[in-house]
Amino acid sequence: MKSFEYLRPETLDEALAALSDPDAASLGGGTNLLDLMKLGVAGPERIVDLARLPGLDRIETLPDGMTRVGALVRNSDLAADPGFAAAFPMVAEALLSGASAQLRNAATVGGNLMQATRCAYFQDPFAACNRRAAGSGCDALGGANRGHAVLGWSPACIAVHPSDFCVPLAALGAEAEIAGPSGTRLVPLAEFHLLPGEEPHRATALEPGEIVLALRLPAAAAGFAGNARYLKLRERTSYAFAVVSAAAALRIEDGTVAAARLALGGVAARPWRCSEAEEALAGKPATAESFAAAASIALSNAAPSGANGYKIVLAERLLARTMAAAAAGTPAEMPALPGSLMDDTGEAAHA
Amino acid sequence: MTLSITLTVNGTPHHLALDDMRVTLLDLLRDRLGLTGTKKGCDRGQCGACTVLVDGRRLNACLSLAVQQDGADIVTIEGLAPEGSLHPVQEAFLEHDAFQCGYCTPGQIMSAAGLIAEGADGTDMERIREGMSGNICRCGAYRGIAEAVAEAARKARTEADA
Ligand SMILES: Cc1cc2nc3c(=O)[nH]c(=O)nc-3n(C[C@H](O)[C@H](O)[C@H](O)COP(=O)(O)OP(=O)(O)OC[C@H]3O[C@@H](n4cnc5c(N)ncnc54)[C@H](O)[C@@H]3O)c2cc1C
Ligand code: SF4
Ligand code: FES
Ligand code: FES
Repeated sequence: MKSFEYLRPETLDEALAALSDPDAASLGGGTNLLDLMKLGVAGPERIVDLARLPGLDRIETLPDGMTRVGALVRNSDLAADPGFAAAFPMVAEALLSGASAQLRNAATVGGNLMQATRCAYFQDPFAACNRRAAGSGCDALGGANRGHAVLGWSPACIAVHPSDFCVPLAALGAEAEIAGPSGTRLVPLAEFHLLPGEEPHRATALEPGEIVLALRLPAAAAGFAGNARYLKLRERTSYAFAVVSAAAALRIEDGTVAAARLALGGVAARPWRCSEAEEALAGKPATAESFAAAASIALSNAAPSGANGYKIVLAERLLARTMAAAAAGTPAEMPALPGSLMDDTGEAAHA
Repeated sequence: MTLSITLTVNGTPHHLALDDMRVTLLDLLRDRLGLTGTKKGCDRGQCGACTVLVDGRRLNACLSLAVQQDGADIVTIEGLAPEGSLHPVQEAFLEHDAFQCGYCTPGQIMSAAGLIAEGADGTDMERIREGMSGNICRCGAYRGIAEAVAEAARKARTEADA
């Protein structure tokens, strides 16, 4: 690991001043940054620990009814907050389906949004990777790419964003509150992560020197609390990243879907909001047929980027199944295995 | 750069001058404080062998800089119970033969202590297994581990009710 200077600012102004150095990096819990530094993938000259910034460890309701979650709130605390989990159950389920209890205790909201892809070539400093080293190529193209993207990818990069948390957030129209030298701005979460295009080196809408201050969820998003699920397919039941995942929240009136909020994870460089499928589902009966039709629309533009065509079918079926699970009603209690399909089979899920 | 930090480890305050910011909490505990009960498995957050309690909550010591924890109260396996006695989770691990080689055991025990403190274990074995999924056991002693955690959780609840 490269050595670095460590700063722990006490105010936002101090933090932004410290981050004006182009070789500086923000530190949340450290569970991703430290890992990448050990691997030699990240090598900041200066670490700006945000832990002491005031007011960012709070979950609050703004006068306009928005829920605001500070960037320093721990993933575990957010999932366990009774008010938050009741209003946004699929966000809590997604959080609890991610990583492990130890990691969720350390991981912050800001760090979760900003976490890097888990593409194995990105994590290997000796591999060609346009995302890590602009213009160096992409060893995942034609390499081990079973886990890679089927939507929104480009020949420059086929990586997926690994966050579970971000998937229901994108579906619910959450926004990231970003602070920088020229003030604060809001970016919709569904556009916060950039599609690779020609420039996979840039992963998010954050400009150099900016930080994520908070997350905002619109008041209307809580209107979906009664019918909302997050389901995540993994290679083992727990403590594994998604192969594909889906968030579905429905407002059902008299057996008809009045409104839907849908997104997919593990399929693209951003959490993939399925707006066309949402529109197609609105006004349709809440039946398996409607869900299958909407899911098929969501994947209609998908294309394999390698040995990952199976994900297209998997994502389509999972999305339909997640809508069905949402239609059946948000469970009264958080499932023992959050996000798991094993939970409703009645069979032992662990060996 | 050099920075002075204060850590309370197993009840004892330590004032430490760090001349290298790179040292992780795990390396500090093992190499500087000689507390080698906390193990290094993967050093990447993938195994849980390095689990300690920081301000009462379980964390992977390998994925935290020591300097990040300035001011924190840390409990390692050495300090879980007073010298000469065993913590209920330790007793339950012995009772249920919840290990083979023992390498993952300190992390498992600290994680179980954290899980029980969180109060989210329920009495449901599935919740216990899910709650313990951040601790890998290469020897596959999971059955004994889950039973030990369940028993310790049950005891903790009976005591809390008494
Ligand atoms: C073994 C393992 C398994 C995992 N499994 C899952 C999983 O199943 N699902 C899942 O979703 N995640 C998983 N994760 C990832 C985990 O969720 C992230 O590591 C965590 O959310 C990052 O948060 P942090 O606060 O520790 O970030 P840090 O490591 O501190 O930071 C991550 C990045 O964000 C930047 N950053 C941090 N805070 C801010 C801010 N406020 N503003 C701007 N930039 C900021 C940092 O500079 C860095 O680039 C796993 C991680 C590990 C190690
Ligand atoms: S897929 Fe993207 S992250 Fe992976 S090697 Fe190619 S350019 Fe890098
Ligand atoms: S050594 Fe820390 S999780 Fe493996
Ligand atoms: S007892 Fe050997 S790794 Fe768990």
